[in-house]
Amino acid sequence: MSLDRDKPAIALRDVTKRFRTPGGGLYVAVHSLTFEVARGEFCAIVGPTGSGKSTTLNLIAGLETPSRGQVSVLGETVTTLTRGVGYMFQTDAVFPWKNVLENVATGPIYRGVSRQEAHRGARDWVGRVGLAGFEDRYPNQLSGGMRKRVALAQTLINEPAILLMDEPFASLDVQTRTLMENELLELWSGTSASVVFVTHDLEEAIALADRVLVFTASPATLKQSYQIDLSRPRNVTEVRFDPRFTRLYERIWEDLRDEAIIAYERSIKDIRL
Amino acid sequence: MSDPSKTSGSDARPVEPLTEEELSAEAREHRRARLERFLQIGVFAVIVGGWEVSARTGLADPFFFGQPSGIVATIWRWSTRGTPQGPLWQHVAVTLEETVLAFFIGVLMGVIGGFALGRSRTLAAVFGPYVRMGNAIPRVILGSIFVIWLGLGMASKVALGVTLTFFIVFFNAFQGVREVDPNLVNNARILGASPRQLSFDVMLPAALGWIISSLHTSFGFALVGAVVGEFLGATQGLGYLVATAQGAFNTNGVFAAMVIMSVVALIADASVTWLERRLTPWRPRTLARNF
Repeated sequence: MSLDRDKPAIALRDVTKRFRTPGGGLYVAVHSLTFEVARGEFCAIVGPTGSGKSTTLNLIAGLETPSRGQVSVLGETVTTLTRGVGYMFQTDAVFPWKNVLENVATGPIYRGVSRQEAHRGARDWVGRVGLAGFEDRYPNQLSGGMRKRVALAQTLINEPAILLMDEPFASLDVQTRTLMENELLELWSGTSASVVFVTHDLEEAIALADRVLVFTASPATLKQSYQIDLSRPRNVTEVRFDPRFTRLYERIWEDLRDEAIIAYERSIKDIRL
Repeated sequence: MSDPSKTSGSDARPVEPLTEEELSAEAREHRRARLERFLQIGVFAVIVGGWEVSARTGLADPFFFGQPSGIVATIWRWSTRGTPQGPLWQHVAVTLEETVLAFFIGVLMGVIGGFALGRSRTLAAVFGPYVRMGNAIPRVILGSIFVIWLGLGMASKVALGVTLTFFIVFFNAFQGVREVDPNLVNNARILGASPRQLSFDVMLPAALGWIISSLHTSFGFALVGAVVGEFLGATQGLGYLVATAQGAFNTNGVFAAMVIMSVVALIADASVTWLERRLTPWRPRTLARNF
């Protein structure tokens, strides 16, 4: 890792991803997408629904391979599952048959750490995400917010160099969501991980990120990149009252709105057809 | 980091005693539950009582239709003095042995087969149609062939039971593996699972719910396989008792054997439910069947 200190954490070069649809047609999810994420950078991706944001994350994680172009992570071209990546999915992906402690210990155990040691590390992480005392509960006994905390600990315990998050807090109510956003920032500040955070919520994107990438309506490509020059450490609730926040919001919203309208009109046309 | 277990006001507020209305609502609920239990038993009493009365008054000829008191007497006679074909417990033991053997062999084969085909697309494509074809064969006819092949002993009954249980468990295991949430699989892969860990730490537990719910049905089918096998040709077992009672026009004997089989099946079902709770403690209790 130290050898490629100057290389970006993530680099996509002219990446296109196409899928065969069940109807036999071709669906272009991502079209000649090029962007980079620096080491330690928190990068948010916003775009209208169905704009290939999740596909982009899957490409970085190595769950999908690009049809054309090149994805490289930490200086290495992605061909199979990328090592050193953590991925928090939009829907619950914690294992329902494992209790909180076992869920968090899953990663280290898969990576060959002894069960005892993995559990010790997991206990520490369970405490860090504020779930101490809930180690032996099963996910269905927890609230949505608590399950997200489990997922967060499960991901972070592997100390990923790259953290991919696909609308992780979209299913939470607004208060819980704000709490989780602040906790994410706090936990992230203790690491050197690069984050790619996909969301459809522009406020969330600006409040969390160093840079916001606006994607076009599908096929997704980069429309604009905005540097977020708000100071850290941030409190996501307070930063929203910052006048610079409002200015950024207005500027980015102009871009995003145009794409949202295109996506909306297209979806109407699809239904009419 | 905040602690979600801590509530802002703490739990200092004392619990107030129940009000009159709440108490009377609770009492109503109790009365209602008692009434429901009473009606439940009433239905049984009416059906069995009606049967007994019509048998005694000659409305339904007990020679053809049997008689509850006669059935009870037959069970009592069989269990105290043995059946004309030897002690009752021996027949029950033989049928149970065949059932349990068929159940375990069928379940094991079904789980392994379903899991393998669920995991491998190629295996599923190659063997899938044949398994479906096999499932379409009328199994009772296979029973006759098994008697010819394997004789009147235990093997032919076990084989018939296996052909019945295998397919149920197979299709459930297959479906269970196929329906594993792709998010869970992706999450496990990202967390570093090897293909082996993916199979046994993710796919198997995820499919376990499907597999276990098929055990209820498949134990019943193992019993059916054993009894039908005995019926087709045997020298002992509950099915053999039914066949001989039928040959002697002993209607009460047929019903008595039926009651004994039902009791065996109910006990087996209860033990599967117990197993279900032990093996899948993560599932909410409300999912467990409550009647």
